[in-house]
Amino acid sequence: MSTRLAHTGRLLTKARQIAFTFNGKHLTGFEGDTLASALLANDQMLVGRSFKYHRPRGIIASGAEEPNALVGLGTGASFEPNQRATTTALFDGLAAASQNHWPSLDFDVGAINNRLARFFPAGFYYKTFMAPRAAWKHLFEPIVRHSAGLGKAPRDRDADTYEHFYAFTDVLVIGGGVAGLQAALAAGRAGAQVLLLEQTPHYGGRAPVDGGKINDLPVDKFVEQIVAELETMPNVTLRLRCMGAGVYDHGYVLGYEQLSDHTPGIPGPRHRLWKIRAKQVITATGAIERPLSFAGNDVPGVMLAASVRDYAVNYGVSVGDRTVVVTNNDDAYRTAITLKTLGLEVPVILDARTKGGGDLMVQARALGVRVETGKGIAKVLGTKRVTGVAICTQAGEGAVLEEIACDAVAMSGGWSPVVHLWSHCGGKLIWDAAQAMFRPDVDKAPTGASGEAFVLAAGTANGALSLGAVLSDADAAGKAAATATGHKPKSDSAPQGETPAEALIEPVWMMPQGAGVKLRMKSWLDFQNDVKVSDVQLAAQEGYESVEHTKRYTTLGMATDQGKLSNINGLATLARALNADIPAVGTTTFRPPYTPISMGAIAGEARGEIFQPLRRSPMHAWHEENGAYWEPVGHWRRPYCYPRSGETHADAVAREVNQTRASLGLLDASTLGKIIVKGPDAGRFLDMLYTNMMSTLAVGKCRYGLMCSENGFLSDDGVVARIDDDTWLCHTTTGGADRIHAHMEEWLQTEWWDWQVYTANVTEQYAQIAVVGPNGRKLLEKLGGMDVSRETLPFMTWADGALAGIGCRIYRISFSGELSYEIAVPASQGRALWDKLLAAGQEFGITPYGTEALHVMRAEKGFIMIGDETDGTVIPQDLGLNWAISKKKSDYLGKRAQERSHMADPNRWKLVGLETVDGSVLPDGAYAVAEGVNDNGQKATQGRVTSTYHSPTLGKGIAMGLVLHGPDRMGEVLDFPRIDGSVAQARIVDPVFFDKDGEKQNV
Amino acid sequence: MKRYSAFAIAREAARYHSGWGRAWAAPQPKAKYDAIIVGAGGHGLATAYYLGKNFGITNVAVLEKGWLGGGNTGRNTTIIRSNYLQDASAAIYEKARSLYETMSQDLNYNVMFSPRGVIMLAQTHHEVRGYQRTAHANALQGVETQYIGPDKVKELVPIINIDGPRYPVLGGLWQPRGGTARHDAVAWGYARACSDMGMDIIQQCEVTGVRRDGDRVIGVDTTKGAIDCDKLGLVVAGHSGVLAEKAGFRLPIESLALQALVSEPIKPCMDVVVMANTVHGYMSQSDKGEMVIGGGTDGFNNYTQRGSFHHVEETVRALIETFPMISRLKMLRQWGGIVDMTGDRSPILSKTPVDGIFVNCGWGTGGFKAIPGSGWAMAELMAKGHSPLAAEFSLNRFAEGRFIDESVAAGVAH
Ligand SMILES: Cc1cc2nc3c(=O)[nH]c(=O)nc-3n(C[C@H](O)[C@H](O)[C@H](O)COP(=O)(O)OP(=O)(O)OC[C@H]3O[C@@H](n4cnc5c(N)ncnc54)[C@H](O)[C@@H]3O)c2cc1C
Repeated sequence: MSTRLAHTGRLLTKARQIAFTFNGKHLTGFEGDTLASALLANDQMLVGRSFKYHRPRGIIASGAEEPNALVGLGTGASFEPNQRATTTALFDGLAAASQNHWPSLDFDVGAINNRLARFFPAGFYYKTFMAPRAAWKHLFEPIVRHSAGLGKAPRDRDADTYEHFYAFTDVLVIGGGVAGLQAALAAGRAGAQVLLLEQTPHYGGRAPVDGGKINDLPVDKFVEQIVAELETMPNVTLRLRCMGAGVYDHGYVLGYEQLSDHTPGIPGPRHRLWKIRAKQVITATGAIERPLSFAGNDVPGVMLAASVRDYAVNYGVSVGDRTVVVTNNDDAYRTAITLKTLGLEVPVILDARTKGGGDLMVQARALGVRVETGKGIAKVLGTKRVTGVAICTQAGEGAVLEEIACDAVAMSGGWSPVVHLWSHCGGKLIWDAAQAMFRPDVDKAPTGASGEAFVLAAGTANGALSLGAVLSDADAAGKAAATATGHKPKSDSAPQGETPAEALIEPVWMMPQGAGVKLRMKSWLDFQNDVKVSDVQLAAQEGYESVEHTKRYTTLGMATDQGKLSNINGLATLARALNADIPAVGTTTFRPPYTPISMGAIAGEARGEIFQPLRRSPMHAWHEENGAYWEPVGHWRRPYCYPRSGETHADAVAREVNQTRASLGLLDASTLGKIIVKGPDAGRFLDMLYTNMMSTLAVGKCRYGLMCSENGFLSDDGVVARIDDDTWLCHTTTGGADRIHAHMEEWLQTEWWDWQVYTANVTEQYAQIAVVGPNGRKLLEKLGGMDVSRETLPFMTWADGALAGIGCRIYRISFSGELSYEIAVPASQGRALWDKLLAAGQEFGITPYGTEALHVMRAEKGFIMIGDETDGTVIPQDLGLNWAISKKKSDYLGKRAQERSHMADPNRWKLVGLETVDGSVLPDGAYAVAEGVNDNGQKATQGRVTSTYHSPTLGKGIAMGLVLHGPDRMGEVLDFPRIDGSVAQARIVDPVFFDKDGEKQNV
Repeated sequence: MKRYSAFAIAREAARYHSGWGRAWAAPQPKAKYDAIIVGAGGHGLATAYYLGKNFGITNVAVLEKGWLGGGNTGRNTTIIRSNYLQDASAAIYEKARSLYETMSQDLNYNVMFSPRGVIMLAQTHHEVRGYQRTAHANALQGVETQYIGPDKVKELVPIINIDGPRYPVLGGLWQPRGGTARHDAVAWGYARACSDMGMDIIQQCEVTGVRRDGDRVIGVDTTKGAIDCDKLGLVVAGHSGVLAEKAGFRLPIESLALQALVSEPIKPCMDVVVMANTVHGYMSQSDKGEMVIGGGTDGFNNYTQRGSFHHVEETVRALIETFPMISRLKMLRQWGGIVDMTGDRSPILSKTPVDGIFVNCGWGTGGFKAIPGSGWAMAELMAKGHSPLAAEFSLNRFAEGRFIDESVAAGVAH
């Protein structure tokens, strides 16, 4: 039975009891407990079910490496699946539920898979479920999906918030164990700016549990002192509950701080994602203990030896009354000694090494513990919890020597440095055969932009195991990082650590070494994903020899712990199977994050309304108040139309068009891009940018211009106004403003960097209002202040002045074919002018109109629209815009491309108007079919619809399209199949449907 | 080759699976082959497979510098669809998709093709029109797609937020027979089938040089020595530019990192694949239960197979808007692959300036779905000198300005 001990628990505040539930059961723990320690204190050995075979699973570790103890935490909008019990702090009211079973944890139907395990070896699904063909999707896949998956999916929108935080530091230390603390101190004392991150709520790491002395002090005392000193240093920042999640290029590191997971409900964000730029990174991330591979090593009650010790010392929990220790190294003796000292029974220590251990073995024996060397476990007895072990010789095949009753097993297969963060950004590893571990290859560290190393590993993370070695290594790392960041370290020496002398580890990758297949099929490597020794061997046998193949074929290391416990054992097993050296087999790639981090934290503050902040024109509120139906355009919202009560959108559009054409309309055109291009070379620059000639445009005049990509495709259009001798104002489409500005800057900065041109995107500085319709001039005259007559302000000119007392610039341009003025005022005056125009326009029945009316009116006039007539494959020549392409210029962007054979091909589809035979509206995006099929058996086509509308002005459907030889085929009727199979017939006509001679706009 | 089946497994179970042989052999290179394929990714292996299966050419070696399937084939998010706009694309991707339907049976290897359906969301009016156009085009191309409204989207994807404040879902393009497959299995299945036809798949064998006799290829230099061949297919994705240079010509290819990430596994909550191109992210759920997530490429060229974090951030942010519940899931792992991007974002399947050398590359962010179709066309091209499926994707299209641009219909092409 696991239970709470009376006298230990260094991390507990026993005065504070905490109530929580597990699967609805009411339990209690203490402040300072993790969920795991509290569950163990309540004898909850069984905590979940494995992924594939649904085997009973208990807690195996005490930290981030835990693969088994995953629970669903919380409810409703605070529910979170797959929370690791070992790193979840206990809090009042915590509600946890175990996962991956049906109907209950104790009785799980899915465990039938376990009985059939023999038929489900690694990769079995690649070999079966193939017939009949439809069965995979309809039968087998649903079964696989339902039995996999672990935790339940959250259902609600997340109730919590998250934030991002930016930090810059000389030295970032990841890990707050004694190594990290010492490294931080050494760097800090040298004057470097230091940031230290520790993932748990405590400093000191393993050392306080493992014992030994530092500078003659108990480790706890040393930790207290060093933290106190660091806290007084102004150049040092310490953070608890903050994990180093990933190391990226250029010293960019992610920190993941859990602010309120342990105190839910307090105001403020739940997680904080730190984006750190560090000149030097020290990974002092410690090591993780490896399990041993013996049959039944997954039975609840079998635990890592150091974790058994952690639970006893830190949380005052004994995992069992009688704990068998099994090991291949000296460290596990500490567990036996600790348990024994606490008055618990250790029936035997099984040391696989024939010679056994060093000083610690002597100590254990002195305490009366039986030590058996050269022995191991043949098999663990029990299913839902350990009831005993069968002992064998390590050298043999598993013949049972003796059965020993026990209720817990503490195993240790040695230690693997946590090299994840070292490796994320390309740090290489070497195999240390003496210590049986991969550790950082200090000569092949991750390097920065100029080839210099920017990550240092320190302490156990660097392969130093004894306390003394850890401290001196960390001290050196701290000093080296300080030096590398331009500081001068003190010449003090590292603290002295004292621990008993240890005998060397002897690698044991299988226990017993000659285990037969029946034992190997029960020796777990990956506890969560149910990968056994026999699976890895099968993979090797079948030719999945690369470690990546083995991983993927067996799913070894692909579980939520990403192989923290299983990878080294797995690849050693693979190496043995291939008869290869461990380093020749190598590791799989370490990828961020170190342990899973919440998606919420990754996204940060920017969600909902501020996900991508909406851009609002100065008149936005008016539109809103007046019932605009919005259309998202780029980052803006633009009114699509302003439906009145009882009107459909189509009705509203028709009314807006009719009223504008008949009298007067008003359009908020503020979102159109406005880019100032200025400088001695501005004219030359614009001549390169536009297909037209812009340098010759007279001051005071406007010109419609086209821009192409380097590949010749039409990318944007708009009216350019010459403001003065060296200033132009370029209008772009709404969606194009940022893109075109970036395009300009790219050319200026990379190609024509010596041209003297300055650009500024002033889109948001101005509100722009189009006054459109036969009564437009009257309206402006009524407001007064400027001469807007045909003579003074003719078509395609502009003038500065004031209207109704508001300073403005008026462009006499038109996108509707009507008499039209676009009035630009400073953004702050936009709403005022809008209101004045509306008020003064009442007598003309003024109508604000939206984007759809704008589109309809331009289509009636045969004006092209970027994004409708163009799609990135269309050149101006396709659209009959040759008139806007200067023949005089020697070059412009896209010119050379447009000379390529396919661009000059007479068979390119060309712009025409289309009118349905029956007056209906052509379907958007429909294609005109031709006779026959192409080489690939697809129906041949000869054109397509680019935009299509109902024209209120003409009372029928009108469309524009691109058609093979279109302009030469006026009057021909084409077939446009609809999706439903019916066919719309349309006649090729001139694209200008309305006021062909432009009489309305030139008044 | 031992056939795989439930019976075979039962038989093997009785003897503790000791009887399974190698899925593919591990031969040493011969002195000469009729054809050498460089790159044992999906496209390279499929090319070899169809050379054998469709044209009886089996004296073939596939040379791989690392482990087979270890390039982008083993790194991608496995979306399979063929709802492309342009005729040439629709033809080859639909050919590929239809071959996926029977791949498990053809290869006797379960690649877990799961035609669960793919939705591309329309979140702007512009996208609505774009997808309506694609639906029209697909109908004529023989690709089964459908433009659906927001209610149908919600019905297919209950966890989606259709009235997001920023980009409400206005509709979507739905391809019911699109889906996913198990990427590794595709490579392994082809490798096994090729090996079974007597082809040599040689791993840990990097091609370091291309040997020519004037304008003709005669062989390659490799880390396992020189090997002769009559025909050479370069199928090396992100490293195409490097190999082309060794062969003496240049390719219009840029190499960029594309990233993906997965969440921790959860019980089934989404049965279809959803792509949200306006916000630039897409998501599906693997059979293991992980939410598989991807987005756009990094903005700079590189070969590191790592990506920068800001793309992950943008993608996750976009998807939380679309699927609010994922906020409380955790990112388990992020990774990157080097994708080979052409100027028009469409692939190259082509003869080259060197006689006997053929290239198959440029699949960029979306070539997993194309593997069988691409192999089919490339094999035909190498065997016969012409393939209708490949014709439009020739190299000279860049000189002619004959681009096949799919960005017209969708920003992201996975
Ligand atoms: C993150 C990510 C997500 C993606 N998502 C999708 C998706 O959802 N759907 C989709 O359809 N596509 C997707 N793709 C794209 C898809 O993965 C690729 O287009 C496809 O896998 C390319 O296959 P390939 O065989 O051409 O290349 P690879 O699989 O990369 O194979 C090329 C092989 O060539 C080898 N090689 C290179 N140089 C040499 C040499 N000198 N000698 C010998 N061998 C060499 C490499 O080692 C490699 O194995 C994604 C890609 C990435 C990176």
